[in-house]
Amino acid sequence: MIWLIIIGMAVVTVLPRVVPAYIVDFIQFPSWMNKWLKAIPFAALGALIFPGIMTVIPEKPYAGVFAGLVAILAAWFRVHVIGVVAIAIITVYLFTI
Amino acid sequence: MQLENKNQITMQIRDGVIAGSPIVIGYLPIAIAFGVLARQAGISLLELTSMSLLVFAGAAQFMAAGMIGLGVSAIEIIIATFVLNLRHFVMALSFVHQLQHIPLKWKGTLSIGVTDETFSVSSIYKHKAEQAYCHLFYGTIILTSYASWVFGSFLGGVLGDVIPEQLTQSMGVALYAMFIGLLVPSVRKYKRIAVVSVCAMLINYLLSPLIGQGWGIVAGTILGAVVGIFVLEEEKI
Repeated sequence: MIWLIIIGMAVVTVLPRVVPAYIVDFIQFPSWMNKWLKAIPFAALGALIFPGIMTVIPEKPYAGVFAGLVAILAAWFRVHVIGVVAIAIITVYLFTI
Repeated sequence: MQLENKNQITMQIRDGVIAGSPIVIGYLPIAIAFGVLARQAGISLLELTSMSLLVFAGAAQFMAAGMIGLGVSAIEIIIATFVLNLRHFVMALSFVHQLQHIPLKWKGTLSIGVTDETFSVSSIYKHKAEQAYCHLFYGTIILTSYASWVFGSFLGGVLGDVIPEQLTQSMGVALYAMFIGLLVPSVRKYKRIAVVSVCAMLINYLLSPLIGQGWGIVAGTILGAVVGIFVLEEEKI
């Protein structure tokens, strides 16, 4: 049963990832679509950050948001992404004590 | 010539390790948390490690572990996984578009490793796509991330009870912080990018309660990028 779940999950995870590689050559992209594809990473990052970040400490949504603001500030002042991650973890940890 | 090629290969792999290192750091705590949760849901160490090996999709695996714990049927779990991972279709499309000139077998192989994180990091390093052996650069990012995800899950399954929950919880912010750390420098260079990201956030925030988390991210990504067609100037992105 569990192996059926694992294999089924593997199949439905790989399909959406791999199909684009085989269809991309057959599609001619108009220029607006090129722009759309280039904008996708930034849109995806936005959608991945919020509102998900509010669930870091489910009972304290503001903790994640606050850590996010600290991370934005650190990244703005050119702190390396590993440093940004470390600062955010410390910020959330402070909310748990 | 031979030596030059070899140097270039080494350079691409080295750069891939460096570019992938934030993902490794972000994945480890999340993977450990997954291992702990999966054990608690009654999944064996072999099964949970295999799940990470074969599936490699963080959010879906968390959801599945929760659903298995609740005794939900296999078909429901598989359908929910499919819906949650549809966002990777959009990401993979953008990813292969960036790598249009590389051989199909490489595009296909690399696409298997598209996750939120490997995609985000790869698209920030899009200038790499013009270099020789760029598939090794992206491949290294994916392989190091994959290895840390599988290893972390295993570790979580083994040491689950030893790690204080407080710490694993705090580490849950790591991936969000990484996304912020990737996004902010792009916004700094070109402010209008922020409009696209904020629209995607709002669309996801407003739609998630209606259509679920997975679809919310899909809608936020697709519609947020549509906003980009109107606000971004072609030559600046």
